Amino acid sequence: MEAFTTLTAAAVPLDAPNVDTDRIIPARFLHKPRGPEFGRLLFHDLRYDEDGRERADFVLNQPAFRAARILVAADNFGCGSSREHAVWSLAAYGIRAVIAPSFGDIFFNNCFKVGVLPVVLPASTVAGLRRQLHAMPGASLTVDLEAQVVVGPDDARIPFTADPFRRESLLRGQDEIALTLEREPAIAAFERRRAAEAPWLAR
Amino acid sequence: MTAGPRTLFEKIWSPHVVAEGAGAMSLLYIDRLLMHDGAVHTFDRLRRAGRAVRRPEAIAATADHYVPTSGGAGAIADPAIRGMVTEMDRHTRELGIPYFGPGDARQGIVHVMGPEQGFTLPGITLVCGDSHTATHGAFGCLAFGIGASELEHVLATSCLWQRKPRAMRIRVDGARPPGVSAKDVILSIIARISAAGGTGHVIEYAGSTIAAMSMDERMTVCNMSIEAGARAGLVAPDETTFAFLAGRAFAPAGPRWEEARAFWRTLPSDPGAVFDAEVALDAATLAPTVTWGTSPQEALPITGRVPDPADAPDPARRAAVERMLAYMGLAANTPLTAITVDRVFVGSCTNSRLEDLRAAAAVVRGRRAVVPAWAVPGSGLVKRAAEAEGLDRVFREAGFEWREPGCSMCVGMNGDTGRPGERVASTSNRNFEGRQGKGVRTHLMSPAMAAAAAVTGRLTDVRRLAAEGV
Ligand code: SF4
Repeated sequence: MEAFTTLTAAAVPLDAPNVDTDRIIPARFLHKPRGPEFGRLLFHDLRYDEDGRERADFVLNQPAFRAARILVAADNFGCGSSREHAVWSLAAYGIRAVIAPSFGDIFFNNCFKVGVLPVVLPASTVAGLRRQLHAMPGASLTVDLEAQVVVGPDDARIPFTADPFRRESLLRGQDEIALTLEREPAIAAFERRRAAEAPWLAR
Repeated sequence: MTAGPRTLFEKIWSPHVVAEGAGAMSLLYIDRLLMHDGAVHTFDRLRRAGRAVRRPEAIAATADHYVPTSGGAGAIADPAIRGMVTEMDRHTRELGIPYFGPGDARQGIVHVMGPEQGFTLPGITLVCGDSHTATHGAFGCLAFGIGASELEHVLATSCLWQRKPRAMRIRVDGARPPGVSAKDVILSIIARISAAGGTGHVIEYAGSTIAAMSMDERMTVCNMSIEAGARAGLVAPDETTFAFLAGRAFAPAGPRWEEARAFWRTLPSDPGAVFDAEVALDAATLAPTVTWGTSPQEALPITGRVPDPADAPDPARRAAVERMLAYMGLAANTPLTAITVDRVFVGSCTNSRLEDLRAAAAVVRGRRAVVPAWAVPGSGLVKRAAEAEGLDRVFREAGFEWREPGCSMCVGMNGDTGRPGERVASTSNRNFEGRQGKGVRTHLMSPAMAAAAAVTGRLTDVRRLAAEGV
């Protein structure tokens, strides 16, 4: 996984609440294995019309926002299915941080596995950021995971908290499976205990 | 260990914690894992990383998302998609994992197959690379959906790092009025607490209405927990649960069954157990419910009208309602019963079990579908049982297509999609934009309500069908 430390980049506002993973990446693309082409598929049906032409009214198609690497969204972003493809698409497009008042739980977890940082901030703060981004298209934000602070276009420093465990893995770009495998003795001991306590589970 | 009153959730969570990590993360042991064809690439990724599947004996697999619901797996034209199904067969065979693929009567939607095989058991942790894994919580197990990387982690380590969710209890009490199904109960709950209302929580569904439900009904309720934002739903195991599980292939047998049942009886939340959030609904106030928008929270009693953006409490909500009305092709204030539909889908892991098919068949019996309508059983065993009762005949005589088991039009990954602009009365769980195909408009409802829509061609109050002379 690619590490995330700090990122200063153009940010794109997405005002709709409840943006579900079907909208981030439609189901008909899910049979593809993870790869760079998911960047093109991000928000596919919002970004392109029936003939595959870009929809000018979609925010990511507007010149000032095309190179955005930070997404500022609304409530319950990434709700819906467990498809990690949603995060793959964001990452492949170049978006490495998403700021929202709340996220779908599974999407939130998936972000950390792919190296995309989800940042939870109060709804009014996030709405304020989106307003600034609309007013100053192409403006940059800084998301600093080390210092746990977002710096707005107006230089306001907005603190956030990330779970220490996830923050650490993301800062280092750690392979979580390798870390867990180091705990094999504890897992094996747990299993022996559980087999004794719940013999009915044996198959 | 404190002896204070504990919730069902706590009684499952605590004994599964292998280790505590930094912050609020726990290494949680995963007893059982279900897999479906959509997860097949994870085997490849694991292999490329040089890692082994740690406990193949903890896994069962099926094919559901990509299987055609007519013509068998051989009928998949796209080789990449056909490969999803054939590769599942190969990987599971190599690893000795039980696999119920096309042609096997036990094949079906993963959330129908698991309980049907007794693979789902009270008191365990169970995961699957699918957000509707919450379905299995109907048995009083902690079951939740995970992404591809988490799946890889479970395959390699039998564990997952998780932040402990909070516990929410939703009590539904009282007798359900006629025509009000489990689907109406859960749609009403989501409308009440919102699509994000359960975020960060595990929901325990409790109260007399839930206790009186069959397992099929409890599964319908738990299935849509994710639509309320909750990763997992739970119902306390009871005699209904045990009666369902007894004798199933993967369930404990003989003395092991007695041991298990004795343990399962200790699982229900203790009196006085404290929840982080509580919600209460009175079943008597519920009505057959349909969604009008593109989030499952946009559900209303069928007697209602399409909302007016002008009534929205704030500009953001107004914009959201306007966007939904535009996508759905609806005008504000239209009576819901005036909305015509182009097709009907009875199926999905929410409503494709035998009782669901019975409920839909009871409505269409002796009537005629006036729009294209499909009934897609959740598994080969459901299909067989339905046919033994003659339900296939009822559906066919009413003009329905009676199809092979799979996810089908719930998500359309197998090509079972509607056309742009088509309006579907659907028993599935998501009405998101494009969910049933690009531009398709989905109205969620119960099997009986979908059946009523099929025979009238519009959203219809199933309670008034006879009175309307249909
Ligand atoms: S039926 Fe629909 S919701 Fe259920 S597992 Fe299949 S695609 Fe997912």
